[in-house]
Amino acid sequence: MAMAVKFEKRLNPSVAMNVAVPVLSVLAAFVVGAVFLSLTGRDAIEVYEAMFKGALGSQYGLSETIVKAIPLMLCALGISAAFRMQLWNIGAEGQFYMGAFAASWLPLTFPELPMLLMLPGMLVLGAAAGGLWGLAPAVLRARWKVNEIITTLMFNYVAILWVDYLVYGPWKDPKGFNFPLSAKFPPAASLPTVGDSRIHFGLLMAILLAILFWIVFEKSRWGYEIKVIGSSEPAARYAGMDIRRNIYWVMILSGAVCGLAGMAEVSGIVGRLQPGLSPGYGYTAIIVAWLSKLHPAAILVVAVLFGALQVGGFFVQTMGVPASVASMLQGAVLFFVVGGEFLTKYRVVIDRKEAA
Amino acid sequence: MGEQAFFIAILSSAVIAGTPILYAALGELITEKAGVLNLGVEGMMLIGAVSGFMAAIVTGNSWIGFVMAMLAGGVMGLIHAVLTVSLRANQVVSGLALTLFGSGLSGYLGKSYIGIPVAEPFRSLPLPVLGDIPFLGPVLFRHDVLVYVSWGLVLVLWFFLKRTRAGLFLQAIGENPGAADSLGIHVFALRYLYVIVGGMLCGAGGAYLSLASAPSWLENMTAGRGWIAVALVIFALWRPGRALVGSYLFGGIDALGFHLQAAGVLLSHFFLQMLPYIFTITVLTVVMAKRGGRLAAPGALGVPYDREER
Repeated sequence: MAMAVKFEKRLNPSVAMNVAVPVLSVLAAFVVGAVFLSLTGRDAIEVYEAMFKGALGSQYGLSETIVKAIPLMLCALGISAAFRMQLWNIGAEGQFYMGAFAASWLPLTFPELPMLLMLPGMLVLGAAAGGLWGLAPAVLRARWKVNEIITTLMFNYVAILWVDYLVYGPWKDPKGFNFPLSAKFPPAASLPTVGDSRIHFGLLMAILLAILFWIVFEKSRWGYEIKVIGSSEPAARYAGMDIRRNIYWVMILSGAVCGLAGMAEVSGIVGRLQPGLSPGYGYTAIIVAWLSKLHPAAILVVAVLFGALQVGGFFVQTMGVPASVASMLQGAVLFFVVGGEFLTKYRVVIDRKEAA
Repeated sequence: MGEQAFFIAILSSAVIAGTPILYAALGELITEKAGVLNLGVEGMMLIGAVSGFMAAIVTGNSWIGFVMAMLAGGVMGLIHAVLTVSLRANQVVSGLALTLFGSGLSGYLGKSYIGIPVAEPFRSLPLPVLGDIPFLGPVLFRHDVLVYVSWGLVLVLWFFLKRTRAGLFLQAIGENPGAADSLGIHVFALRYLYVIVGGMLCGAGGAYLSLASAPSWLENMTAGRGWIAVALVIFALWRPGRALVGSYLFGGIDALGFHLQAAGVLLSHFFLQMLPYIFTITVLTVVMAKRGGRLAAPGALGVPYDREER
């Protein structure tokens, strides 16, 4: 008997698949990772076990996982704002660096400021710089339809080189033995932490922002407008929505939140400006946002998972496994999520009648 | 160094710096002509660079490395084709996944190859007679063989698109796949083919970096060149000849920064390194502004083909 496999479009996206696909994608990515680990002569189970233990098996590991999850949460939230409107902001990395740069300016220039002025000032500066860095490609996109994917990415390289320039040049600490580091921030410029762990106030910022995002994007009129523009620009224009202005504001918001991530990192963790602040948070956050279907609560959870992956990656370096094993796994997760979306939209039907 | 020698040095290194971008841009051009957007160029180049380098180290033969790089790029293309052509996935996100995965995997695979020299990198092979022409000779005709191959590719691709039936089919599936399908053209099969061929050329571009121009392996050594190649295809208005000119223009900016630095210009080298990125943004903006946002992009670029929605 002949069989034919057919794909039927689902009328409504399957809810079960919406949960199953991300979960199965993560598992499938680990299988692919295991293949590459084995091919390069490593015991995959052993590596995964070490990653798991490193990230989640101790109090230190857990707290490091949260520490890495904070910038991922903030960047993924920022990215999700733009993605909702089908604006492909992949410039989170650059917006993060610009936020870190602008936030660092305050304590380096006015080290005597009291904490009550210092921290809010750094927050505002970080968000503003990230927002402006997001606005630039938005203007190009809105006025001349310049592809924002390419420009946001190009701006990443510019931002990273700008921070490099500062810490190798004018902002280098004269007492820093010629290392490319800025001077250390005064204590008033450090975000408060939880107990004596490294988990800082950025976590609360991310949670509050997630709630705010949920209200704005799911409940407000503006959020609805963004959704309409994202699904059909002609329809939005027909309804009299100002698309250009929305592009500006969404990209400012997106960049500002990523800028906050940079601010939180220099203030809460590093305590100075230095090169290599981010091991690619801005890129990993793209995966986090997509895997979460842009849902704020899901972003918080998935970011912790990816933070764990990052910490696990650092941990297995002691076994001689490159830390890039983590980014390989993250990329593979995105593959499967993207491919798996097919299953949420289509139903596989096996036709047992005579095949055509 | 005399003024002319300085210009020759810049222009000659513009060709070298432009060649990896040219290979990748031609690959992206073919893929986009078929109606598929590939934002995985950066990842494909990295995979090409690392696998070509590893194969060249293991076998001692850079040609084997180059072929391996193309195969690896082709496999990446195959993944993109499965996701975007068969599973009708979002082409933007699939491409991003390729880039992130390629960057991670190449970093993982290449870790132990950092700092190893290639036994026989592609060396410059001055062409007889042509190489002796004053000025033009050293600028154009004293390069490695892969530079000459890339010129052949530009010609072949131009001829293919302009003058052959198969080239016409390629444009048809990118312009209007529904119409092409009803004429009996195999849209799915051809899209697979051209996404894979595009991936192979991206792999070749990566191998040019690790086996000819560097020649060595460094994590994330493409440094955004894959993205510049994507931008270049827009700048080139999907024409191979313009892609060649554009690649050398970008190569020139890259080389200019390097040579100005060597000549002792006082601008910090961080700013000189920014030049190619700022230039890309500027050029894209100028092209778009000049054309009022309207481009001759393939009509169905970025849209998955669904037979039932014809």
